[in-house]
Amino acid sequence: MAETVTKSKKERRSKNQIRMEILFRGTLINIAQLIVVLVLGIAVTLVIHSMPSIESLGLKYLWGKTWDPVNNVYGALPFLLGTLITSFIALIISIPFSFAIAVYLGEYKPTGLLSNFLKNTVELIAAVPSVIYGFWGLIVLVPIMRNIEMKIGVLPYGYGVFTASLILAVMIIPYAAALGREMIRLVPASLKEGAYSLGATRFEVIRNVIWPYTKSGLFAGILLSLGRALGETMAVTMVIGNTTIIPKNIFSPGNTMASVIANEFTEADHTVYLSALIELGLVLFLVTVIINVIGKRIIKRFTNE
Amino acid sequence: MKTSVKYRVAKSKIIQVFTIFLAFVITLPLLFIIIYIFKEGISKINWAFLTQVPHPMGESGGGIVNALVGSLIIVLVASIIAIPIGIMAGIYLSENTKSRLSYFSRLAVDVLQGVPSIVIGIVAYFWIVKPLGTPSSFSGSIALAIMMLPIIIRSTEETLKLIPTSLKEAGYALGMPYHRVILRIVVPCGISGILSGVILSIARIAGETAPLLFTAFGNNWLSANITKPMESLPHLIYTYATQPYDVSHEMAWGAALILLFTVLLLNIITKLITKRWNVQL
Repeated sequence: MAETVTKSKKERRSKNQIRMEILFRGTLINIAQLIVVLVLGIAVTLVIHSMPSIESLGLKYLWGKTWDPVNNVYGALPFLLGTLITSFIALIISIPFSFAIAVYLGEYKPTGLLSNFLKNTVELIAAVPSVIYGFWGLIVLVPIMRNIEMKIGVLPYGYGVFTASLILAVMIIPYAAALGREMIRLVPASLKEGAYSLGATRFEVIRNVIWPYTKSGLFAGILLSLGRALGETMAVTMVIGNTTIIPKNIFSPGNTMASVIANEFTEADHTVYLSALIELGLVLFLVTVIINVIGKRIIKRFTNE
Repeated sequence: MKTSVKYRVAKSKIIQVFTIFLAFVITLPLLFIIIYIFKEGISKINWAFLTQVPHPMGESGGGIVNALVGSLIIVLVASIIAIPIGIMAGIYLSENTKSRLSYFSRLAVDVLQGVPSIVIGIVAYFWIVKPLGTPSSFSGSIALAIMMLPIIIRSTEETLKLIPTSLKEAGYALGMPYHRVILRIVVPCGISGILSGVILSIARIAGETAPLLFTAFGNNWLSANITKPMESLPHLIYTYATQPYDVSHEMAWGAALILLFTVLLLNIITKLITKRWNVQL
Protein backbone atom coordinates (compact mmCIF):
# COMPACT_ATOMS: atom_id res chain seq x y z
CA MET A 1 0.00 0.00 0.00
CA ALA A 2 2.63 2.48 1.11
CA GLU A 3 4.76 1.65 -1.92
CA THR A 4 2.02 2.51 -4.43
CA VAL A 5 1.44 5.84 -2.73
CA THR A 6 5.06 6.92 -3.03
CA LYS A 7 5.13 5.63 -6.58
CA SER A 8 2.16 7.71 -7.65
CA LYS A 9 3.64 10.67 -5.83
CA LYS A 10 6.86 10.20 -7.78
CA GLU A 11 4.93 9.90 -11.01
CA ARG A 12 3.06 13.07 -10.27
CA ARG A 13 6.30 14.82 -9.51
CA SER A 14 7.95 13.73 -12.72
CA LYS A 15 4.84 14.69 -14.68
CA ASN A 16 5.03 18.12 -13.09
CA GLN A 17 8.68 18.34 -14.01
CA ILE A 18 7.90 17.46 -17.61
CA ARG A 19 5.17 20.08 -17.71
CA MET A 20 7.60 22.65 -16.28
CA GLU A 21 10.18 21.67 -18.83
CA ILE A 22 7.78 22.17 -21.73
CA LEU A 23 6.65 25.48 -20.26
CA PHE A 24 10.26 26.62 -19.84
CA ARG A 25 11.25 25.73 -23.40
CA GLY A 26 8.10 27.45 -24.65
CA THR A 27 8.87 30.63 -22.70
CA LEU A 28 12.41 30.77 -24.05
CA ILE A 29 11.13 30.49 -27.61
CA ASN A 30 8.47 33.12 -26.97
CA ILE A 31 11.03 35.55 -25.56
CA ALA A 32 13.32 35.03 -28.55
CA GLN A 33 10.35 35.71 -30.82
CA LEU A 34 9.50 38.79 -28.76
CA ILE A 35 12.89 40.33 -29.57
CA VAL A 36 12.26 39.87 -33.29
CA VAL A 37 8.73 41.26 -32.95
CA LEU A 38 10.08 44.22 -30.99
CA VAL A 39 12.43 45.24 -33.78
CA LEU A 40 9.78 44.71 -36.45
CA GLY A 41 7.40 46.72 -34.26
CA ILE A 42 9.84 49.62 -34.11
CA ALA A 43 10.19 49.60 -37.90
CA VAL A 44 6.43 49.31 -38.51
CA THR A 45 5.62 52.07 -36.01
CA LEU A 46 8.06 54.44 -37.69
CA VAL A 47 6.71 53.62 -41.17
CA ILE A 48 3.03 53.98 -40.17
CA HIS A 49 3.55 57.31 -38.46
CA SER A 50 5.66 58.76 -41.25
CA MET A 51 3.03 57.79 -43.87
CA PRO A 52 1.22 61.20 -43.75
CA SER A 53 4.45 62.97 -44.61
CA ILE A 54 5.50 60.40 -47.21
CA GLU A 55 2.10 60.73 -48.88
CA SER A 56 1.82 64.49 -48.86
CA LEU A 57 5.46 65.46 -49.37
CA GLY A 58 6.78 62.56 -51.40
CA LEU A 59 10.42 61.98 -52.19
CA LYS A 60 11.22 65.63 -52.73
CA TYR A 61 11.01 66.01 -48.95
CA LEU A 62 14.46 64.52 -48.71
CA TRP A 63 16.13 67.18 -50.84
CA GLY A 64 13.91 70.15 -50.03
CA LYS A 65 16.11 72.99 -48.85
CA THR A 66 13.69 74.91 -46.65
CA TRP A 67 12.24 73.82 -43.34
CA ASP A 68 9.45 76.18 -42.37
CA PRO A 69 6.76 74.45 -40.30
CA VAL A 70 4.83 77.72 -39.85
CA ASN A 71 4.11 77.84 -43.60
CA ASN A 72 3.95 74.06 -43.93
CA VAL A 73 7.10 73.79 -46.00
CA TYR A 74 9.25 70.81 -45.12
CA GLY A 75 12.60 69.96 -46.60
CA ALA A 76 15.01 67.67 -44.84
CA LEU A 77 18.19 68.53 -46.75
CA PRO A 78 19.64 70.88 -44.07
CA PHE A 79 19.39 68.12 -41.47
CA LEU A 80 20.62 65.33 -43.74
CA LEU A 81 23.63 67.46 -44.64
CA GLY A 82 24.11 68.49 -41.01
CA THR A 83 24.18 64.88 -39.87
CA LEU A 84 26.51 63.78 -42.68
CA ILE A 85 28.94 66.67 -42.26
CA THR A 86 29.20 66.45 -38.45
CA SER A 87 29.59 62.68 -38.54
CA PHE A 88 32.25 62.68 -41.24
CA ILE A 89 34.31 65.45 -39.66
CA ALA A 90 34.06 63.62 -36.33
CA LEU A 91 35.14 60.40 -38.02
CA ILE A 92 38.12 62.02 -39.70
CA ILE A 93 39.25 63.60 -36.43
CA SER A 94 38.75 60.38 -34.48
CA ILE A 95 40.45 57.90 -36.84
CA PRO A 96 44.10 58.79 -36.08
CA PHE A 97 43.43 58.65 -32.34
CA SER A 98 41.51 55.39 -32.36
CA PHE A 99 44.12 53.77 -34.61
CA ALA A 100 46.90 54.97 -32.34
CA ILE A 101 45.13 53.53 -29.29
CA ALA A 102 44.43 50.26 -31.10
CA VAL A 103 48.03 49.89 -32.25
CA TYR A 104 49.43 50.83 -28.86
CA LEU A 105 47.19 48.43 -26.93
CA GLY A 106 47.21 45.69 -29.54
CA GLU A 107 50.85 45.68 -30.60
CA TYR A 108 53.24 47.99 -28.79
CA LYS A 109 52.23 47.25 -25.23
CA PRO A 110 49.33 44.85 -24.75
CA THR A 111 49.86 44.59 -20.98
CA GLY A 112 51.35 46.69 -18.24
CA LEU A 113 50.32 49.49 -15.92
CA LEU A 114 50.30 52.25 -18.53
CA SER A 115 48.29 50.28 -21.06
CA ASN A 116 45.80 49.24 -18.40
CA PHE A 117 45.37 52.89 -17.51
CA LEU A 118 44.84 53.80 -21.15
CA LYS A 119 42.45 50.92 -21.75
CA ASN A 120 40.28 51.78 -18.75
CA THR A 121 40.32 55.49 -19.51
CA VAL A 122 39.19 54.87 -23.08
CA GLU A 123 36.36 52.70 -21.80
CA LEU A 124 35.31 55.42 -19.38
CA ILE A 125 35.20 57.91 -22.26
CA ALA A 126 32.41 55.76 -23.70
CA ALA A 127 30.68 55.63 -20.33
CA VAL A 128 30.24 59.38 -19.79
CA PRO A 129 26.61 60.31 -20.55
CA SER A 130 26.19 62.35 -23.70
CA VAL A 131 24.27 65.10 -21.89
CA ILE A 132 27.38 65.72 -19.78
CA TYR A 133 29.53 66.02 -22.92
CA GLY A 134 26.93 68.44 -24.25
CA PHE A 135 26.89 70.53 -21.08
CA TRP A 136 30.67 70.67 -20.91
CA GLY A 137 30.81 71.57 -24.58
CA LEU A 138 28.24 74.30 -24.08
CA ILE A 139 30.05 75.95 -21.17
CA VAL A 140 33.71 75.27 -21.95
CA LEU A 141 34.17 74.44 -25.62
CA VAL A 142 31.78 76.96 -27.16
CA PRO A 143 33.63 80.03 -25.74
CA ILE A 144 36.96 78.52 -26.78
CA MET A 145 35.66 77.95 -30.30
CA ARG A 146 34.33 81.51 -30.36
CA ASN A 147 37.83 82.83 -29.63
CA ILE A 148 39.39 80.62 -32.28
CA GLU A 149 36.79 81.67 -34.84
CA MET A 150 37.46 85.32 -34.03
CA LYS A 151 41.19 84.75 -34.66
CA ILE A 152 40.72 83.03 -38.02
CA GLY A 153 38.15 85.60 -39.11
CA VAL A 154 34.90 83.73 -39.54
CA LEU A 155 31.66 84.75 -37.87
CA PRO A 156 32.22 83.89 -34.20
CA TYR A 157 29.13 81.89 -33.28
CA GLY A 158 30.92 79.41 -31.03
CA TYR A 159 28.03 77.06 -31.64
CA GLY A 160 28.22 75.16 -34.86
CA VAL A 161 28.96 72.13 -36.95
CA PHE A 162 32.65 72.00 -36.08
CA THR A 163 32.08 72.32 -32.32
CA ALA A 164 29.59 69.44 -32.51
CA SER A 165 32.04 67.38 -34.56
CA LEU A 166 34.80 67.88 -31.98
CA ILE A 167 32.60 66.57 -29.16
CA LEU A 168 31.34 63.72 -31.34
CA ALA A 169 34.91 62.76 -32.21
CA VAL A 170 35.80 62.31 -28.55
CA MET A 171 32.64 60.33 -27.95
CA ILE A 172 33.17 57.83 -30.79
CA ILE A 173 36.89 57.17 -30.37
CA PRO A 174 36.38 54.30 -27.85
CA TYR A 175 34.28 52.20 -30.25
CA ALA A 176 36.76 52.03 -33.10
CA ALA A 177 39.68 51.81 -30.66
CA ALA A 178 38.31 48.83 -28.71
CA LEU A 179 37.46 46.90 -31.87
CA GLY A 180 40.75 47.73 -33.53
CA ARG A 181 42.64 46.47 -30.50
CA GLU A 182 40.78 43.14 -30.60
CA MET A 183 41.48 42.79 -34.31
CA ILE A 184 45.19 43.51 -33.94
CA ARG A 185 45.39 40.95 -31.14
CA LEU A 186 44.01 38.32 -33.53
CA VAL A 187 46.95 38.63 -35.92
CA PRO A 188 48.81 35.30 -35.68
CA ALA A 189 52.12 35.68 -33.83
CA SER A 190 53.83 33.44 -36.40
CA LEU A 191 53.19 35.99 -39.15
CA LYS A 192 54.70 38.81 -37.10
CA GLU A 193 57.62 36.68 -35.96
CA GLY A 194 58.29 35.68 -39.54
CA ALA A 195 58.55 39.32 -40.55
CA TYR A 196 60.76 40.19 -37.57
CA SER A 197 63.09 37.29 -38.36
CA LEU A 198 63.52 38.67 -41.87
CA GLY A 199 64.75 41.88 -40.28
CA ALA A 200 61.62 44.02 -40.43
CA THR A 201 61.34 46.95 -38.04
CA ARG A 202 58.33 47.39 -35.79
CA PHE A 203 56.74 49.91 -38.13
CA GLU A 204 57.30 47.66 -41.12
CA VAL A 205 55.57 44.81 -39.30
CA ILE A 206 52.61 47.05 -38.55
CA ARG A 207 52.56 48.41 -42.10
CA ASN A 208 53.08 45.15 -44.00
CA VAL A 209 51.73 42.40 -41.72
CA ILE A 210 49.19 43.81 -39.27
CA TRP A 211 47.60 46.39 -41.57
CA PRO A 212 46.77 44.02 -44.47
CA TYR A 213 45.52 41.42 -42.01
CA THR A 214 43.26 43.73 -39.99
CA LYS A 215 42.12 46.17 -42.69
CA SER A 216 38.56 44.87 -42.92
CA GLY A 217 38.17 44.68 -39.15
CA LEU A 218 39.39 48.24 -38.68
CA PHE A 219 36.99 49.34 -41.40
CA ALA A 220 34.14 47.65 -39.51
CA GLY A 221 35.15 49.50 -36.35
CA ILE A 222 34.95 52.78 -38.22
CA LEU A 223 31.54 51.84 -39.60
CA LEU A 224 30.23 51.11 -36.11
CA SER A 225 31.51 54.41 -34.75
CA LEU A 226 29.91 56.15 -37.73
CA GLY A 227 26.63 54.53 -36.69
CA ARG A 228 27.10 55.99 -33.21
CA ALA A 229 27.89 59.43 -34.56
CA LEU A 230 24.85 59.54 -36.86
CA GLY A 231 22.40 58.81 -34.07
CA GLU A 232 23.99 60.86 -31.29
CA THR A 233 21.48 63.40 -30.06
CA MET A 234 22.01 65.29 -26.85
CA ALA A 235 25.64 66.38 -27.06
CA VAL A 236 25.12 67.57 -30.63
CA THR A 237 21.84 69.34 -29.90
CA MET A 238 23.44 71.38 -27.15
CA VAL A 239 26.34 72.76 -29.17
CA ILE A 240 25.32 72.80 -32.85
CA GLY A 241 23.24 75.98 -32.69
CA ASN A 242 19.96 74.53 -33.99
CA THR A 243 19.24 76.56 -37.10
CA THR A 244 17.21 75.22 -39.98
CA ILE A 245 19.40 76.56 -42.76
CA ILE A 246 22.08 74.65 -44.62
CA PRO A 247 25.44 75.39 -42.93
CA LYS A 248 27.56 77.72 -45.10
CA ASN A 249 30.89 76.53 -43.77
CA ILE A 250 31.98 74.10 -41.08
CA PHE A 251 31.94 76.83 -38.42
CA SER A 252 28.38 78.01 -38.99
CA PRO A 253 25.48 76.69 -36.90
CA GLY A 254 23.40 73.87 -38.26
CA ASN A 255 21.22 71.01 -37.14
CA THR A 256 21.21 67.25 -37.42
CA MET A 257 18.34 64.82 -37.92
CA ALA A 258 18.53 63.62 -34.34
CA SER A 259 18.75 67.08 -32.83
CA VAL A 260 15.86 68.50 -34.87
CA ILE A 261 13.70 65.62 -33.63
CA ALA A 262 14.76 66.30 -30.05
CA ASN A 263 14.02 70.01 -30.37
CA GLU A 264 10.79 70.06 -32.31
CA PHE A 265 9.01 66.77 -31.56
CA THR A 266 7.06 68.11 -28.58
CA GLU A 267 6.24 71.34 -30.43
CA ALA A 268 4.94 69.64 -33.56
CA ASP A 269 1.28 70.58 -33.48
CA HIS A 270 -0.10 69.15 -36.70
CA THR A 271 0.03 65.78 -38.38
CA VAL A 272 2.32 66.51 -41.30
CA TYR A 273 4.82 68.39 -39.15
CA LEU A 274 5.02 65.53 -36.62
CA SER A 275 5.10 62.96 -39.37
CA ALA A 276 7.90 64.81 -41.17
CA LEU A 277 9.96 64.55 -37.98
CA ILE A 278 9.18 60.85 -37.66
CA GLU A 279 10.24 60.32 -41.26
CA LEU A 280 13.61 61.76 -40.24
CA GLY A 281 13.62 59.16 -37.47
CA LEU A 282 12.83 56.47 -40.02
CA VAL A 283 15.71 57.56 -42.26
CA LEU A 284 18.01 57.58 -39.24
CA PHE A 285 16.78 54.13 -38.23
CA LEU A 286 17.32 52.62 -41.68
CA VAL A 287 20.76 54.14 -42.15
CA THR A 288 22.05 53.07 -38.72
CA VAL A 289 20.55 49.57 -39.13
CA ILE A 290 22.29 49.06 -42.47
CA ILE A 291 25.61 50.40 -41.15
CA ASN A 292 25.45 48.26 -38.02
CA VAL A 293 24.48 45.05 -39.76
CA ILE A 294 27.24 45.44 -42.35
CA GLY A 295 29.77 46.28 -39.63
CA LYS A 296 28.78 43.30 -37.50
CA ARG A 297 28.90 40.98 -40.53
CA ILE A 298 32.44 42.03 -41.35
CA ILE A 299 33.53 41.46 -37.76
CA LYS A 300 31.87 38.07 -37.60
CA ARG A 301 33.57 36.93 -40.79
CA PHE A 302 36.86 38.26 -39.50
CA THR A 303 36.72 36.54 -36.13
CA ASN A 304 35.55 33.26 -37.63
CA GLU A 305 38.49 32.99 -40.00
CA MET B 1 65.38 51.49 -53.57
CA LYS B 2 67.62 50.51 -50.73
CA THR B 3 67.35 52.37 -47.48
CA SER B 4 69.82 52.10 -44.68
CA VAL B 5 69.01 50.14 -41.56
CA LYS B 6 69.56 53.23 -39.44
CA TYR B 7 66.94 55.16 -41.39
CA ARG B 8 64.41 52.33 -41.06
CA VAL B 9 64.95 51.92 -37.34
CA ALA B 10 64.72 55.66 -36.79
CA LYS B 11 61.50 55.85 -38.80
CA SER B 12 60.03 53.01 -36.78
CA LYS B 13 61.01 54.72 -33.51
CA ILE B 14 59.60 58.09 -34.55
CA ILE B 15 56.30 56.55 -35.57
CA GLN B 16 56.14 54.63 -32.31
CA VAL B 17 56.63 57.79 -30.28
CA PHE B 18 54.05 59.60 -32.38
CA THR B 19 51.54 56.77 -31.91
CA ILE B 20 52.04 56.71 -28.16
CA PHE B 21 51.60 60.47 -28.07
CA LEU B 22 48.31 60.31 -30.03
CA ALA B 23 47.05 57.42 -27.91
CA PHE B 24 47.59 59.25 -24.64
CA VAL B 25 46.41 62.66 -25.81
CA ILE B 26 42.88 61.29 -25.79
CA THR B 27 42.89 60.78 -22.03
CA LEU B 28 43.14 64.56 -21.63
CA PRO B 29 39.56 65.50 -22.60
CA LEU B 30 38.18 62.94 -20.14
CA LEU B 31 40.43 64.19 -17.35
CA PHE B 32 39.50 67.81 -18.18
CA ILE B 33 35.81 66.98 -18.06
CA ILE B 34 36.03 65.06 -14.80
CA ILE B 35 38.15 67.72 -13.09
CA TYR B 36 35.98 70.55 -14.40
CA ILE B 37 32.73 68.92 -13.28
CA PHE B 38 34.26 68.07 -9.93
CA LYS B 39 35.43 71.65 -9.43
CA GLU B 40 32.09 73.18 -10.43
CA GLY B 41 29.84 70.60 -8.83
CA ILE B 42 31.41 69.78 -5.49
CA SER B 43 30.61 73.13 -3.90
CA LYS B 44 26.98 72.68 -4.84
CA ILE B 45 26.46 69.35 -3.14
CA ASN B 46 25.11 69.59 0.37
CA TRP B 47 22.21 68.20 2.34
CA ALA B 48 19.68 70.75 1.03
CA PHE B 49 20.72 70.02 -2.57
CA LEU B 50 20.03 66.34 -2.06
CA THR B 51 16.75 66.69 -0.14
CA GLN B 52 14.87 69.70 -1.54
CA VAL B 53 12.83 70.11 -4.69
CA PRO B 54 14.02 72.73 -7.21
CA HIS B 55 13.08 76.37 -6.86
CA PRO B 56 11.57 78.11 -9.88
CA MET B 57 13.96 78.61 -12.81
CA GLY B 58 16.45 81.41 -12.25
CA GLU B 59 16.09 81.52 -8.46
CA SER B 60 18.93 80.29 -6.31
CA GLY B 61 18.60 77.52 -3.76
CA GLY B 62 16.57 74.36 -3.95
CA GLY B 63 17.70 70.84 -4.67
CA ILE B 64 17.29 67.97 -7.05
CA VAL B 65 15.67 65.32 -4.88
CA ASN B 66 12.88 64.86 -7.44
CA ALA B 67 15.41 64.00 -10.14
CA LEU B 68 17.31 61.61 -7.87
CA VAL B 69 14.17 59.74 -6.86
CA GLY B 70 12.82 59.92 -10.43
CA SER B 71 15.98 58.52 -11.98
CA LEU B 72 16.01 55.73 -9.42
CA ILE B 73 12.40 54.76 -10.11
CA ILE B 74 12.69 55.00 -13.89
CA VAL B 75 15.86 52.89 -13.97
CA LEU B 76 14.45 50.41 -11.46
CA VAL B 77 11.27 49.83 -13.48
CA ALA B 78 13.32 49.55 -16.68
CA SER B 79 15.55 46.94 -15.00
CA ILE B 80 12.57 44.94 -13.76
CA ILE B 81 11.30 44.75 -17.34
CA ALA B 82 14.58 44.24 -19.16
CA ILE B 83 16.57 41.89 -16.90
CA PRO B 84 14.30 38.78 -17.04
CA ILE B 85 13.59 39.19 -20.75
CA GLY B 86 17.23 39.86 -21.55
CA ILE B 87 18.53 36.89 -19.58
CA MET B 88 15.91 34.51 -21.02
CA ALA B 89 16.67 35.64 -24.56
CA GLY B 90 20.37 35.23 -23.84
CA ILE B 91 19.75 31.69 -22.58
CA TYR B 92 17.79 30.85 -25.72
CA LEU B 93 20.54 32.19 -27.99
CA SER B 94 23.30 30.37 -26.14
CA GLU B 95 21.34 27.10 -26.21
CA ASN B 96 20.20 27.29 -29.82
CA THR B 97 23.12 28.38 -31.94
CA LYS B 98 21.86 27.13 -35.28
CA SER B 99 18.05 27.41 -35.36
CA ARG B 100 16.32 29.83 -37.72
CA LEU B 101 14.71 31.71 -34.85
CA SER B 102 18.08 32.24 -33.21
CA TYR B 103 19.46 33.63 -36.48
CA PHE B 104 16.68 36.20 -36.64
CA SER B 105 16.81 37.07 -32.93
CA ARG B 106 20.54 37.55 -33.17
CA LEU B 107 20.02 39.84 -36.14
CA ALA B 108 17.34 41.68 -34.15
CA VAL B 109 19.75 42.16 -31.25
CA ASP B 110 22.37 43.56 -33.63
CA VAL B 111 19.80 45.94 -35.07
CA LEU B 112 18.54 46.97 -31.63
CA GLN B 113 22.05 47.77 -30.48
CA GLY B 114 22.45 50.28 -33.28
CA VAL B 115 19.08 52.03 -33.09
CA PRO B 116 19.65 55.66 -32.07
CA SER B 117 18.19 56.43 -28.64
CA ILE B 118 16.06 59.27 -29.98
CA VAL B 119 14.30 56.83 -32.34
CA ILE B 120 13.47 54.58 -29.39
CA GLY B 121 12.04 57.66 -27.69
CA ILE B 122 9.73 58.25 -30.67
CA VAL B 123 8.57 54.65 -30.64
CA ALA B 124 7.90 54.62 -26.89
CA TYR B 125 5.93 57.82 -27.38
CA PHE B 126 3.61 56.14 -29.86
CA TRP B 127 3.35 52.88 -27.93
CA ILE B 128 2.67 54.24 -24.45
CA VAL B 129 2.38 58.03 -24.21
CA LYS B 130 -0.14 58.50 -27.02
CA PRO B 131 -2.58 55.73 -25.96
CA LEU B 132 -2.46 56.89 -22.33
CA GLY B 133 -2.71 60.54 -23.32
CA THR B 134 0.00 61.74 -20.94
CA PRO B 135 3.77 61.49 -20.65
CA SER B 136 4.62 59.01 -17.94
CA SER B 137 7.71 57.71 -16.21
CA PHE B 138 6.58 54.21 -17.21
CA SER B 139 6.93 55.03 -20.90
CA GLY B 140 10.45 56.29 -20.18
CA SER B 141 11.23 53.02 -18.44
CA ILE B 142 10.01 51.08 -21.48
CA ALA B 143 12.27 53.11 -23.76
CA LEU B 144 15.25 52.53 -21.47
CA ALA B 145 14.40 48.83 -21.10
CA ILE B 146 14.54 48.45 -24.91
CA MET B 147 18.01 50.00 -24.81
CA MET B 148 19.15 47.66 -22.01
CA LEU B 149 18.05 44.49 -23.80
CA PRO B 150 20.85 44.09 -26.35
CA ILE B 151 23.59 44.54 -23.74
CA ILE B 152 22.07 42.01 -21.32
CA ILE B 153 21.28 39.52 -24.08
CA ARG B 154 24.79 39.70 -25.56
CA SER B 155 26.59 39.32 -22.24
CA THR B 156 24.33 36.44 -21.13
CA GLU B 157 24.77 34.65 -24.45
CA GLU B 158 28.53 35.08 -24.56
CA THR B 159 28.97 34.00 -20.92
CA LEU B 160 26.76 30.93 -21.12
CA LYS B 161 28.42 29.76 -24.32
CA LEU B 162 31.66 29.42 -22.37
CA ILE B 163 30.24 26.97 -19.85
CA PRO B 164 31.47 23.44 -20.54
CA THR B 165 28.81 21.09 -21.94
CA SER B 166 30.11 18.36 -19.62
CA LEU B 167 28.49 20.20 -16.70
CA LYS B 168 25.12 20.15 -18.43
CA GLU B 169 25.55 16.52 -19.45
CA ALA B 170 26.31 15.59 -15.86
CA GLY B 171 23.02 17.20 -14.87
CA TYR B 172 21.09 15.31 -17.56
CA ALA B 173 22.78 12.06 -16.55
CA LEU B 174 21.40 12.52 -13.05
CA GLY B 175 17.94 12.82 -14.55
CA MET B 176 17.50 16.57 -14.12
CA PRO B 177 14.90 18.15 -16.38
CA TYR B 178 15.95 20.83 -18.86
CA HIS B 179 14.78 23.85 -16.90
CA ARG B 180 16.60 22.74 -13.77
CA VAL B 181 19.82 22.10 -15.67
CA ILE B 182 19.61 25.65 -17.04
CA LEU B 183 18.47 27.39 -13.86
CA ARG B 184 20.48 25.35 -11.34
CA ILE B 185 23.69 24.62 -13.23
CA VAL B 186 24.21 26.82 -16.27
CA VAL B 187 22.96 30.17 -14.96
CA PRO B 188 24.70 29.96 -11.54
CA CYS B 189 27.95 29.11 -13.32
CA GLY B 190 27.69 32.18 -15.50
CA ILE B 191 26.13 34.50 -12.96
CA SER B 192 29.12 36.84 -12.74
CA GLY B 193 29.13 37.44 -16.47
CA ILE B 194 25.39 37.97 -16.53
CA LEU B 195 25.61 40.31 -13.55
CA SER B 196 28.31 42.45 -15.10
CA GLY B 197 26.22 42.70 -18.28
CA VAL B 198 23.27 43.87 -16.22
CA ILE B 199 25.29 46.48 -14.33
CA LEU B 200 26.87 47.69 -17.56
CA SER B 201 23.44 48.08 -19.14
CA ILE B 202 22.24 50.10 -16.15
CA ALA B 203 25.32 52.31 -16.43
CA ARG B 204 24.57 52.87 -20.12
CA ILE B 205 20.96 53.91 -19.66
CA ALA B 206 21.27 55.86 -16.40
CA GLY B 207 22.64 58.80 -18.36
CA GLU B 208 20.35 58.57 -21.38
CA THR B 209 18.42 61.73 -22.04
CA ALA B 210 17.10 61.51 -25.58
CA PRO B 211 14.54 58.70 -25.00
CA LEU B 212 13.15 60.53 -21.95
CA LEU B 213 12.46 63.82 -23.72
CA PHE B 214 9.05 62.73 -25.03
CA THR B 215 8.30 60.00 -22.51
CA ALA B 216 9.14 60.67 -18.84
CA PHE B 217 9.26 64.37 -19.68
CA GLY B 218 10.08 65.95 -16.29
CA ASN B 219 8.44 68.01 -13.58
CA ASN B 220 9.35 70.16 -10.61
CA TRP B 221 7.94 68.26 -7.71
CA LEU B 222 8.60 65.00 -5.95
CA SER B 223 6.48 62.22 -7.40
CA ALA B 224 6.50 58.45 -7.30
CA ASN B 225 3.56 57.90 -9.64
CA ILE B 226 4.82 55.97 -12.64
CA THR B 227 1.79 56.90 -14.74
CA LYS B 228 2.67 60.60 -14.51
CA PRO B 229 5.62 62.63 -15.80
CA MET B 230 8.75 62.32 -13.70
CA GLU B 231 12.02 64.23 -13.54
CA SER B 232 15.30 62.40 -14.04
CA LEU B 233 18.93 63.43 -13.56
CA PRO B 234 19.95 63.57 -17.23
CA HIS B 235 16.77 65.39 -18.18
CA LEU B 236 17.29 67.89 -15.36
CA ILE B 237 20.86 68.49 -16.51
CA TYR B 238 19.63 69.13 -20.04
CA THR B 239 16.88 71.57 -19.02
CA TYR B 240 19.04 73.48 -16.55
CA ALA B 241 22.10 73.54 -18.79
CA THR B 242 20.18 75.16 -21.63
CA GLN B 243 18.79 77.94 -19.40
CA PRO B 244 20.53 81.32 -19.57
CA TYR B 245 20.83 81.70 -15.76
CA ASP B 246 24.04 81.05 -13.86
CA VAL B 247 22.18 79.58 -10.88
CA SER B 248 20.59 77.00 -13.19
CA HIS B 249 24.01 76.06 -14.49
CA GLU B 250 25.23 75.58 -10.92
CA MET B 251 22.34 73.20 -10.25
CA ALA B 252 23.17 71.34 -13.45
CA TRP B 253 26.85 71.00 -12.47
CA GLY B 254 25.84 69.49 -9.14
CA ALA B 255 23.51 67.04 -10.84
CA ALA B 256 26.14 66.27 -13.48
CA LEU B 257 28.68 65.44 -10.78
CA ILE B 258 26.30 62.99 -9.12
CA LEU B 259 25.33 61.39 -12.44
CA LEU B 260 28.91 61.17 -13.67
CA PHE B 261 30.16 59.51 -10.52
CA THR B 262 27.26 57.06 -10.38
CA VAL B 263 27.90 56.02 -13.97
CA LEU B 264 31.66 55.77 -13.55
CA LEU B 265 31.21 53.81 -10.33
CA LEU B 266 28.88 51.32 -12.04
CA ASN B 267 31.46 50.89 -14.79
CA ILE B 268 34.23 50.30 -12.29
CA ILE B 269 32.09 47.72 -10.47
CA THR B 270 31.57 45.92 -13.77
CA LYS B 271 35.32 46.01 -14.30
CA LEU B 272 35.99 44.51 -10.88
CA ILE B 273 33.46 41.72 -11.38
CA THR B 274 34.82 40.79 -14.79
CA LYS B 275 38.37 40.89 -13.45
CA ARG B 276 37.60 38.91 -10.29
CA TRP B 277 35.71 36.19 -12.14
CA ASN B 278 37.73 36.34 -15.28
CA VAL B 279 34.79 36.73 -17.64
CA GLN B 280 35.08 38.19 -21.09
CA LEU B 281 32.51 40.69 -22.25
